Amino acid sequence: MATAPVGTLYRGGQGMWSWVAQRITGIAVFFFLYVHVLDTALVRVSPEAYDLIIATYKTPIVNLLEVGLVGAVLYHALNGLRVIAVDFWARGPRYQRQMLWGVVGIWVVVMIPGTYYMMRHTVEALFGATP
Amino acid sequence: MSLADRSIALGQNSRNRQRSNFELYAWLFMRVSGIVLIFLVLGHLFIMNILDGGVQRINFAFVAGRWASPFWQIWDLAMLWLAMLHGTNGLRTIINDYAERDQTRFWLKMLLYVSSAFIILLGTLVIFTFDPTIG
Repeated sequence: MATAPVGTLYRGGQGMWSWVAQRITGIAVFFFLYVHVLDTALVRVSPEAYDLIIATYKTPIVNLLEVGLVGAVLYHALNGLRVIAVDFWARGPRYQRQMLWGVVGIWVVVMIPGTYYMMRHTVEALFGATP
Repeated sequence: MSLADRSIALGQNSRNRQRSNFELYAWLFMRVSGIVLIFLVLGHLFIMNILDGGVQRINFAFVAGRWASPFWQIWDLAMLWLAMLHGTNGLRTIINDYAERDQTRFWLKMLLYVSSAFIILLGTLVIFTFDPTIG
């Protein structure tokens, strides 16, 4: 792999790809937010209308998408803290790569039990077994 | 970099060459709102998707129970406004970066602002006018 140009953090390497991922997760979460405000607004229509749309959130495929949503939000949040550290902490730019590994590490540690609790009902419903 | 690009990069309006601090405040807002949103959004996701059965227990009665408390009303209202402004400003930056033609950039941002304003107002109205006895 070619080495990143000296003196910049966002051109090439982990500095750039973490920034690309920050944009992609941000766009995805923002579009979901539009949809989510619209579906919640159905509480002003009727309890039945709201319960009907919320039922789709409980189906296996949408349940899996929720894991993806939580994963996207969590990455965006953790990497956002890293960006703040890069901007405001004097040693932030020097340790940006180590901080990215910290972001990835915390993400994995949180997502493993998180996925288990989010998917437990779906796995039980699909395969009948109680894990 | 063309002169127009340069004036955009410097946060200058091409008609008015005076410097504006808008881009500085927008940059700062992303960091401040981001820190607040970490608590509001991750708390929301934990309560709604993981705690006590997660999404499977959510229905109209569950929402009615939560919005009976001003604490969760204010939580949701703050989350709605901060997340929408944070996301709208993020998308504004992305449009400025990738839409090259002036016309395209202008209309994409108009679409963004109108739809964001609609969602913010709708969400605010829903929180303030929620009626647990409806239907």
